[in-house]
Amino acid sequence: MKEKMKRLERELKRLEALQADGIDVSEAIDKRKLELKALKVDFPMDAWDRVIKARDAKRPVASQYIESLVEGFMEFHGDRRFGDDPALIGGVGWIGDTAFTILGQEKGVGTKERVKRNFGMLNPEGYRKAQRLMKQAEKFQRPILCLVDTPGAFCGLGAEERGQGQAIAESLTIMAGLEVPVITIVIGEGGSGGALAMSVSDEVWMMENSIYSILSPEGFASILWKDSSKAQEASEVMKITAQDLESFGMVDRVVKEPEEFSIETLPSVIESIREMIVETAAAYQALPVEALLKKRYEKFRAMGKVSEKEGME
Amino acid sequence: MLFKKRTYATIQLPKTKEPFVQTEADPISRGEVIPEGDFHKCPNCGEIFYAEILKTTEGVCQKCGQHLRLGARERIAQITDVFDEFHMRMEETNPLDFPGYEKKLASYRERSQEEEGVITGVAEIAEQRCILAVMDAGFMMGSMGSVVGEKITLAVERAKAEDLPLIIFCASGGARMQEGIYSLMQMAKISLAIEAFSKAGGLYISVLTDPTTGGVTASFAMQGDLIVAEPGTLIGFAGRRVIEQTIRQILPEGFQRAEFLLEKGFVDRIVPRNEMKETLSGILRLHGGIR
Ligand SMILES: [Zn+2]
Repeated sequence: MKEKMKRLERELKRLEALQADGIDVSEAIDKRKLELKALKVDFPMDAWDRVIKARDAKRPVASQYIESLVEGFMEFHGDRRFGDDPALIGGVGWIGDTAFTILGQEKGVGTKERVKRNFGMLNPEGYRKAQRLMKQAEKFQRPILCLVDTPGAFCGLGAEERGQGQAIAESLTIMAGLEVPVITIVIGEGGSGGALAMSVSDEVWMMENSIYSILSPEGFASILWKDSSKAQEASEVMKITAQDLESFGMVDRVVKEPEEFSIETLPSVIESIREMIVETAAAYQALPVEALLKKRYEKFRAMGKVSEKEGME
Repeated sequence: MLFKKRTYATIQLPKTKEPFVQTEADPISRGEVIPEGDFHKCPNCGEIFYAEILKTTEGVCQKCGQHLRLGARERIAQITDVFDEFHMRMEETNPLDFPGYEKKLASYRERSQEEEGVITGVAEIAEQRCILAVMDAGFMMGSMGSVVGEKITLAVERAKAEDLPLIIFCASGGARMQEGIYSLMQMAKISLAIEAFSKAGGLYISVLTDPTTGGVTASFAMQGDLIVAEPGTLIGFAGRRVIEQTIRQILPEGFQRAEFLLEKGFVDRIVPRNEMKETLSGILRLHGGIR
């Protein structure tokens, strides 16, 4: 069926090119469009389709979510130790009538910006900036919203020298103990420990076509099968889609996306989640701190599948 | 800065070995668990020893000082006077229905006669009682799956409940690929347990042994109140090859070794194997143990 869809898409492209050249093939185009539409209903996207969507350059990035979602956003820079990581945007602003601390892993728009943002791959100072702003949110009793979109933590010489592993470990520790509510939304790629470092949260949501994984499908294929070109195959067995994670109980909500998800269609998505974010944060904020921490503990405590044999001591 | 190209950057790993996750140690670090056989070759200097002799030197090469990898049982025998193991009797459930995973696990179980890649229990180290977890780099490369995560979490919770100090010997090639996202979530689960233990005033000593990499480094290995490492231990987040591909440079010698991490400020002390027991009991005494 996948092949049939691909064939139809190819034919459609050719026909549209003809149409653009002034040859009227509109009837043939319409016929194929209808067929495709029917197929899409019967055969939802597979994991690889979602990987492609999650990485699509037209897909909205964290800064665009912030612009659309947050009023009066004020960005605050730096980790007060080493530097300011452009791959992490941090600051405070209003969502509805609530002041939130917002932390977003930023991939950037356009080549120049993407390079500057290191394609959303954080260095240790990015995690340490996030930690600083999280602790500040706690001090001032603000809920926190994290937007996750990273292929993974940056694998560089300097990153290792400055303790990439330690930085992520400390983020996990800090999030484990935060006395304010934290909501994470995986908006694109949730890559490995680099994503987890902003996702030890009271609620984790995923956009419909985002992914969350232990490693990129390419890395997975190259390690397990010594062949990175088998990424597509890997993406299926890895179970990395929002739908998979929801079925595992690791994700609390999957947010519907429009057919064409871009900066143009982002506002409708934002309108669909704005209230939910405010209400969810308020619900957790109403809990006594002890109950909040216990709930978060138990949420992650349940993750991991083991079976116990007879006679456990 | 340019480094001379080194041939070992391209050496292929033996095919029979479970590959590392996000990491690929160079041959120097690829010390093996002391084998059953008669002879053993030091992976650093090439010296050949009788395995029996190597056991009397605690798995340290007497020629060059290389600390060879130890199995968890052997480690426990070296460190503890009394060890009362928690028999968890737990099994993986293949949460992703990953093809061939059960078979692979079964073969590792048979070979090692262990249920999984970590052994936990209550230990006495020179009269100091503590909870001890020892990871085994030989069991699927010390990768962290649900059972490893669960056993460590239970050990941390036990330490909290019984108000005992906690020692974890880390050794890991990283994630358990076959468990995908479940493997990643073990990092969160253990971190939450350690934070709760820490808030309750518990002492946690993290001991880094060769190799400590990937998700273990990015979680409990680096969350110790005190972090000690054996000499020469490979400690890092990303693997050498991944970094070299990213920065298109050959990494300097000694990169990601325990000594490098000490210099950069990420390790409290480097402790040779023959001083480990004394050091650990000394730390336990200083933190409210029996003096
Ligand atoms: Zn030697």
